[in-house]
Amino acid sequence: MGHDTKFTNQEFKLVGTRPARPDGVDKVTGRARYGADISAPGQLVGLVLRSPYAHAKIKKIDISKAEKLKGVKAVITDADLPDNTKGNRDLLDILENCMARGRALYDGHAVAAVAAIDDQTARKALKLIKVSYEKLPHVTDVDEALKDGAPIIQDFVVDPRTKKNSNLCKLTTLGHGDIDAGFAEADYIVEQSFKTEQTHQGYIEPHACLATLGPDGAGELWVTTQGPFAFRSTCAELLGLDISKLKVTSSEIGGGFGGKTHVWVEPLALALSRKANRPVKMVMSRDEVFRASGPTSSTSIDVKMGVKKDGTITAAHAVLRYHNGAFPGFWGMLGAMTSFACYDIKNIKPVGYDVLVNRPKVAAYRAPSAPMAAFAIESTVDMLAHKIGMKPIDLRIKNAAKEGSRASYGPTYGPIGIGPTLDAAKNHPHMRAKLKKNQGRGMACGFWFNFGGQTCVDLNIGTDGSVNLIVGTVDVGGSRASLSLIAAEELGIAYEQVKTNIGDTASLGHNDMTDGSRGTFSSGMATIFAARNAIEVLKERASKMMDVPLEAIVWENGTAKAIGKGHSNMAPLSLKEIAAAAPKTGGPIAGHKEVVADNAGVSFASHICDVEVDPETGSTRVIRYTVIQDAGKAIHPDYVEGQFQGGAAQGIGWALNEESIYDKNGILQNPGFLDYRIPVCSDLPFIDTQILEIPNPNHPYGVRGVGETSIVPPLAAIGNAVSNAVGVRMSHIPMSPMRILKALDDA
Amino acid sequence: MLRVNIGGSLRTAVEGADAIDLEAETIDELLRSLSLRYPRFEPLLKSGIAVAINGEIYRDNWYVKIPLDAEVFILPRIQGG
Amino acid sequence: MAGVHISTTINGDMVEFACPQDETLLNSLRDRVGLTGVKEGCGTGDCGACSVTLDGRLVCSCLVLSAEVNGRNITTVEGMSEEGKLHPLQEKFIEHAALQCGICTPGFLVAAKVLLEDNPKPSEEEIRYALAGNLCRCTGYDKIVRAVQAAGKEMRKKRR
Repeated sequence: MGHDTKFTNQEFKLVGTRPARPDGVDKVTGRARYGADISAPGQLVGLVLRSPYAHAKIKKIDISKAEKLKGVKAVITDADLPDNTKGNRDLLDILENCMARGRALYDGHAVAAVAAIDDQTARKALKLIKVSYEKLPHVTDVDEALKDGAPIIQDFVVDPRTKKNSNLCKLTTLGHGDIDAGFAEADYIVEQSFKTEQTHQGYIEPHACLATLGPDGAGELWVTTQGPFAFRSTCAELLGLDISKLKVTSSEIGGGFGGKTHVWVEPLALALSRKANRPVKMVMSRDEVFRASGPTSSTSIDVKMGVKKDGTITAAHAVLRYHNGAFPGFWGMLGAMTSFACYDIKNIKPVGYDVLVNRPKVAAYRAPSAPMAAFAIESTVDMLAHKIGMKPIDLRIKNAAKEGSRASYGPTYGPIGIGPTLDAAKNHPHMRAKLKKNQGRGMACGFWFNFGGQTCVDLNIGTDGSVNLIVGTVDVGGSRASLSLIAAEELGIAYEQVKTNIGDTASLGHNDMTDGSRGTFSSGMATIFAARNAIEVLKERASKMMDVPLEAIVWENGTAKAIGKGHSNMAPLSLKEIAAAAPKTGGPIAGHKEVVADNAGVSFASHICDVEVDPETGSTRVIRYTVIQDAGKAIHPDYVEGQFQGGAAQGIGWALNEESIYDKNGILQNPGFLDYRIPVCSDLPFIDTQILEIPNPNHPYGVRGVGETSIVPPLAAIGNAVSNAVGVRMSHIPMSPMRILKALDDA
Repeated sequence: MLRVNIGGSLRTAVEGADAIDLEAETIDELLRSLSLRYPRFEPLLKSGIAVAINGEIYRDNWYVKIPLDAEVFILPRIQGG
Repeated sequence: MAGVHISTTINGDMVEFACPQDETLLNSLRDRVGLTGVKEGCGTGDCGACSVTLDGRLVCSCLVLSAEVNGRNITTVEGMSEEGKLHPLQEKFIEHAALQCGICTPGFLVAAKVLLEDNPKPSEEEIRYALAGNLCRCTGYDKIVRAVQAAGKEMRKKRR
């Protein structure tokens, strides 16, 4: 089982260095082309009309006036998107989320779309579409939605316990042992309820695409996405196209964080293009991004944990309620699965509730669902430590999961890295630094699964010896640099000789999305094997050129060398020399590899944070922050640090500021960066990082995914720091100045 | 005989069982025999599941050999960001 | 709606275009002049991705109407490198891995250039406040601040 491990712990020449990224010049000069940066001859502008209500029946849509407006080339409603989903409810939900079907389920739900010759005309046309709504009662709060008598959002959803129509779309009970016995063993029990608010991935680039779809059923889609292959299959299924007739090209992507793993306007752009028979460009406004694209769940979580005086946690119970938006998902289930994953506790029972509300369909956001669960659990762990007078770090070390512990999602762990991150945290100078008045320190741990998945790459060697690596995982944060390093390492050539490109869906086999921290892990694995395949071809050609049997050729330092009797005086042939002769020795030289990169290896991190709270205003500043995480092997440490720092910064925003606010009518009140405030440069300190390298035995270089785990601990680390600074337990995030002042008043 | 543990909400598809004993050498065999025994399990295969063998999670490699006495968990297939 | 005719200098070149009266400079630069290095992140002046200079002053081009720029002087990220050589800020952003997705990078570079021209030796705090109008969601700003510090040092060395 597992993959080739003989290269784990190998000496690397290039892997671990920090060369300039191959797309750097494009990105600092403005040449890089993102979703909205491309145009086609005759293109139209596509715009979407959205529901102004949180929940309404759509009685009638009159598009006749809009269609008659000069310059309007197509108007579409759900009638132009027939149900091709063949009973696949998940797919139908995606279709209905892209375009309402007889009912609007949240503020911002798409109701109709137009394509016109320019933006002004398209805007006028939107105003001419007349929609008759019948307002329905709505619910946006996760706890309210579970109450008897709450407005029901989906008729097909039944409570698995009562079998009655309900907003509870999934109930997940996990765990092991006997919590009642565990609580009976405890010297102290802590019970606490927590709330977290809806946040958004907040990528700076709005969703954008350019779609062409002809009457022959052949189309092209240029789009900002984390997964061109997934977008291709989803769009093809929704529109009834052959998968291979739709070519999807991923643009440079201006941030995704999970939010660009789902389709939103893309099927609409294709449908408009099909109707108008012209290319259609659609770019979401920021307002639309906030109102209608992927938020996280808001949550309501109750935790009960028991501890002995010696620090042994004896039992843990959590009820985790996650809102899913208007369509069923599995976000509460994910919260339950990750909840106690950092600990070795004999008796646990996490219960996840997935709850429908009149808000946009929840989408993945960096280690989806884990940060909220970690906030509740890690806050409670701190409370346990205070209760028994133990340092929180020592309580965590005492109860940390290790090889042989049972995870909260069921299985028993193999070798894992939480222990080393905690030891590193305990020994970090940050832990011993002095705090001043109104300052507090907190720490927290975090867990994420990491994925591998389907991957394939092509590696083509040019006649000048330069190498073109084509991968199918979108580069969201510098992975082209890492993959070039891996190819160069394996071939024994210079980093600069390799150029990595992202292939479109017509030039490579299927690749899963860049999600689950899998880009460098899985494409890196495929690249290693593709390079080894190319080396076999290089050796074969060298054997012809040197007239030496293939068995006598070895590959060393980028050269083919003949070994054995009679060959010791032969000069080795470099990759360049073999490549130059390729046309006469058998044609192009290439390596190719398809893999299913399973066993990505679970990931753990420990964060330490210092804050200063102004007791007058309730405003909080993060004054020092340290991230410690296991990377398996850091291929390009700059971009590993970048993932650690970026995840921490997003978590800091989540903990202190970010919150989508819905009013009593269910309307989003802050659909813009002015009022949905993500951290700015002056809000943050430098974010220190410590990369641990505990090789993943299932990857030839020992790589683990690094992208997501860093967003898991910050909510709790900051919650614990603020609680320590103000002397009151903070249980509701974001910990905005108002909430902090209220907590101080209530105490 | 292999003991297959069923996680959380997947249990409803196997009449509430938290563990099932069956014969299987690969993940594919395991899933096929589960589907035969529990028809409600089959649709889950389409919407996606994952299998943990001795703590390592497999989402796609259905022809992996399952070692004797391995700890096997059926998990939902989940999504990352 | 009546159009306007604009004659302006962009990155040192004379440029003429016609556009509707209510068109933003951002849209004209992107759609009429072809300078798509100027990015739209919000269209409301909150994210700084569309930062350009107008007669040397840093502005969000989404908050400026093209009708206002007649006869004036605009620079964008596309005008930063000279004679085929990258500006020290561009070099240091690459060297320090100060970008991940890169969508905010043009705006940061334009804003940082204005900062370093006004204040060749800014403190960390001055850099952080000068760049507070530019949002980055990927980096946590750590490597951006370090790149600006390094570029400032480089530029001071050159000036000597």
